[in-house]
Amino acid sequence: MSFKACLAQINPTLGDLERNLQRHLEVIAEARERGVRLCVFPELSLTGYFLKDLVPEVALRLDDSRLQPLRDASEGIDVVVGLVERSADFRYFNTAAYLCQGEWSHRHRKIYLPTYGLFEEQRYFAPGDRVRAFDTDLGRAALLTCEDMWHAIPPLIAAQDGAQLLIVPSAGPVRGRESDARPGVEPDAGATWEVLNRFHAKANGVYVLYANRVGFEDGIGFGGGSQVVLPSGRLAAQAAPLEELLLEVEIDLANVCRERRDSPLFRDEDLELALRELRRVRKRRFGLVGETGE
Amino acid sequence: MSASIPWRRAAEPLGVPALDLPAVQDLLLRFLRNEVRKLGLERVVVGLSGGIDSAVACVLAARALGGEQVLAIRMPYATSSPESLEDATAVAEQAGVRMITVDLSPQIDAYFRHRGDATPLERGNKMARERMAILYDHSAVEGALVLGTSNKTELLLGYGTIHGDMASALNPIGDLYKSQLRELAVHLGVPERVIAKPPSADLWVGQTDEDEMGFSYEAVDRVLYHLVDRRFTRSEIVARGEDASFVDRVAEMVRRSQFKRALPIIAKVSHRTIGRDFRYARDWGV
Repeated sequence: MSFKACLAQINPTLGDLERNLQRHLEVIAEARERGVRLCVFPELSLTGYFLKDLVPEVALRLDDSRLQPLRDASEGIDVVVGLVERSADFRYFNTAAYLCQGEWSHRHRKIYLPTYGLFEEQRYFAPGDRVRAFDTDLGRAALLTCEDMWHAIPPLIAAQDGAQLLIVPSAGPVRGRESDARPGVEPDAGATWEVLNRFHAKANGVYVLYANRVGFEDGIGFGGGSQVVLPSGRLAAQAAPLEELLLEVEIDLANVCRERRDSPLFRDEDLELALRELRRVRKRRFGLVGETGE
Repeated sequence: MSASIPWRRAAEPLGVPALDLPAVQDLLLRFLRNEVRKLGLERVVVGLSGGIDSAVACVLAARALGGEQVLAIRMPYATSSPESLEDATAVAEQAGVRMITVDLSPQIDAYFRHRGDATPLERGNKMARERMAILYDHSAVEGALVLGTSNKTELLLGYGTIHGDMASALNPIGDLYKSQLRELAVHLGVPERVIAKPPSADLWVGQTDEDEMGFSYEAVDRVLYHLVDRRFTRSEIVARGEDASFVDRVAEMVRRSQFKRALPIIAKVSHRTIGRDFRYARDWGV
């Protein structure tokens, strides 16, 4: 199955839902005209990132009537957007949601909420508690938001759950612009993203669609450099850093088949071993009793 | 007995790492455009001292926004060095920005007529705050933002005047150490003599920063980089060959100047206090 996807490397306005929604509608309309079947917006694309106390003010339920124009816009083009989702029990989630033919077919609540250095997500958001693949007309997919991709396990679960498209909306800031690559210096964040995207694509034999935002919030620049990585770990396309642009790329799921034929890492993944050993490690580290697999 | 296999010892170099200059320039130009224009503005004002910091800030602003959108203001006092004035002019001309000169002497002299006992440092601080007031006045007239020209070294050491040269709306160079700023200045083509001359706050005739502080920017940047950016401990830095008392002195300067980098302390009374539990980005809704 081959189709056109678009990574919408946009610069959302902090806290301005209405304006951001309008931008989304414009981008989606253009993408549809070009024959795009899947349009991926970055993390918190409807709200901006460093929301702080704005979190409850911009929070929405997925059935909020303000999102109706977005639902209408998804006729004939699937859309992934980022928003602050308020749950029925009044928690706030950093959510990425998949829209298809006017319906939300999946929602991913960001699991790993970075709270270190310049990040403070746990102060404002509740963490998601699940990784799930889901079926779309374009293939089986999973959503992982930004930091979720910096951990080894979520992409593994998503792929083993059948996802062949790993969709990764992000708000990755620029930091570390030194030119000499010293062993002790954390590399430029853009370089780390490429390592992670390519690793997870290769290790799991999946497509990675990484949509990163651009623009500045309080002097912090978001890096852009959105990329699509083939299941082989090769870059299929990469957007320029720092500038707004819409990256159009052809996705062909036959590449998943080819990769897994030539490099059957996905096939050889040993879930039983992983579960057994993780149970053992959990018991050793946390002293949990009543667990099998010793 | 020899294994006859060559050894290679990987050692990390000392000093502040070099910047990816084209990438940093690109980031800073976009920063300026984005942060100015999102407010519906096009312009900045910058105080030009003739030194390297304000030169870099001015050139960046000119490239980001266009020279006509930048108002550079020279604000000399009677004792300011004439070379600094010429250097400021050279920077403004090269950057293609508009430039005006406001003589600081009358207002400074008027004030100190009743403060004859003021030390050179107190006079210098007063001048820095007068310059700030002039920049903010012109920013209102211009519909512009005041550009900050403090570098990371100065900000960390507190080598600046609170509410004076440390005050600004937007600072493109505040995360660059002085030694990195020199590299960037060369990359941007800042006039050679501005880069080459010893840095000076021009607090009094013949003053230089390095003489006054008693150490070189290169040495202090090396310590600051490991202390702040790398979060090395004192002993780790000393083990890398730095003088222990120098490291202590630098760490103490950083600690003692923290107040200059913070908002004023507000006595908490309510449940929602500005800066504590009332938290919004400055770019709120823009």
